[in-house]
Amino acid sequence: MWNTLEWIAWAASALIFLWMVYDGWKVGNEHSEDVLLSSREGVDELIPEKKGH
Amino acid sequence: MAEQTMGQARPQAINLLKVLGPAHVWALGVGIVLVGEFMGWNYAVGKGGALGCLIAMWVIGLLYTCVAMIDSEITSTVAAAGGQYAQAKHIIGPLMAFNVGLYLVFAYTMLEAADIQVVGFLVQIGAADLLGHDLGATNWQPWVVLSLAILALLNYRGVFMTLTVNFWSTFIAFLSIVVLFFGVKPWSPGEILLHKDLLTDLPYGWLGVFAALHFGIWFYLGIEGTCQAAEEGRSPGRALPLGTITGIITLLIAAGLTWYVAVGMLPWEYVGWDLELAPLYDVAKISGSKFLHIFLFIGTLFSAIASANGCINDAARAWFSMGRDRYLPAYFAAVHPKYRTPFRWIIFMIPIAIIFAIYVPLAQIITFSILSGLLNYTFMPINMWSFRNKWPLGSIKRGFIHPFHPLPAIVLMVLCIATFFAIYLGYGNQLLAMMLFYIIASIWFVVFRYKYVRRGDQFTMPWPKPLGY
Repeated sequence: MWNTLEWIAWAASALIFLWMVYDGWKVGNEHSEDVLLSSREGVDELIPEKKGH
Repeated sequence: MAEQTMGQARPQAINLLKVLGPAHVWALGVGIVLVGEFMGWNYAVGKGGALGCLIAMWVIGLLYTCVAMIDSEITSTVAAAGGQYAQAKHIIGPLMAFNVGLYLVFAYTMLEAADIQVVGFLVQIGAADLLGHDLGATNWQPWVVLSLAILALLNYRGVFMTLTVNFWSTFIAFLSIVVLFFGVKPWSPGEILLHKDLLTDLPYGWLGVFAALHFGIWFYLGIEGTCQAAEEGRSPGRALPLGTITGIITLLIAAGLTWYVAVGMLPWEYVGWDLELAPLYDVAKISGSKFLHIFLFIGTLFSAIASANGCINDAARAWFSMGRDRYLPAYFAAVHPKYRTPFRWIIFMIPIAIIFAIYVPLAQIITFSILSGLLNYTFMPINMWSFRNKWPLGSIKRGFIHPFHPLPAIVLMVLCIATFFAIYLGYGNQLLAMMLFYIIASIWFVVFRYKYVRRGDQFTMPWPKPLGY
């Protein structure tokens, strides 16, 4: 029983890691590096929203 | 006009999400640390006896109170991911910023590896203690890897859920300490708690107390991690000081309760060299209450999970922030367009954490983490003096102003030097090796990396020129 649980843990871990690697690869393909690296320190997205109200 | 031009230039900018409140900040800081109440601190008892550990707990508590006060003032003003790294680049300079960034990455990555290793051991112990499985027939490695997978996935998919999970894990772990305290009837001394019989004088004198400072750090190591939430806080000027100060108060209470219960039920020789990993769990086991036994197992497990979770969050922000300024490769500064997290570092750190967690002994991983943390604390008083000198009170808006400056900075510096000496007594070679590593890394940065740094763009705070420049 415990042995089976250990194998389930290994399999679940592998699935999770594979999904993250796949998603990371997909995001890299679908977006340019300029967009992915566009984050700027000190930018506050809430300010324009507040001004709109 | 300037805003419109800026908006047109970067129509698709993807930034970290500002979704965190004071409770998340509290959960991040206390979550990283609370595992230190369940294990690790007890080696201070081995160095200085029960009373020596109590003195170390107070002295190191003072050190961390100074850390929390100083951090609250500076971070409420420098609201950027990267925490002390962002502070250093704005206030001191690039070489200090590079070093502080490395301290943060090492401290949190090593602590994360230690935490998931502990999760694996705890599941193995729990399977033996609670389910009756043969300890030798169960493996801890699958649970190390599974816990890392789940926590990395949480961190990958968004900071709000990550720190909400941390809040509840941390709350349950803290609650288990409080329940244990009341469960051993502190109002009836002599019935379960036997302080009168178990407390002895200082077995190794004042030198032992001094040596105990090293492991006294375990009660509080990581509270400064709250700063990493700065860029994702809805109102960092309020949330960061509130989360950090309530965090250190929580830890001071938890440390006091932990010490009181553990040394009141177990001889100091056993607490000090506990081979069973977790003294509070041991106390619950001998309390005679099945409920306390199970609840403390859950509390210990949740504390390790919360710590690993917070460490992934913090190490990712530190690395991301350094990549964004080109102190490290820009590749790691990418933000996930849907989840708004530094996703590349989260994937990158997985094999590193697994290798350290599975192949490196716990004590060595922890020592790497403690040394990097202490180097970070030594930077803080220098940072504080520089901050108040360059931008005196009234020259810029601060979210929090800590009282009695420069006393906390002086006390912090003195206590850091004393703790370095205490570590040197037990881990001199590791301390020197770590120093050598940071010196070599600094040379690499100056010679090979500094040319890539965004020298102008990295300064983002709308502050006036510093006094004297």
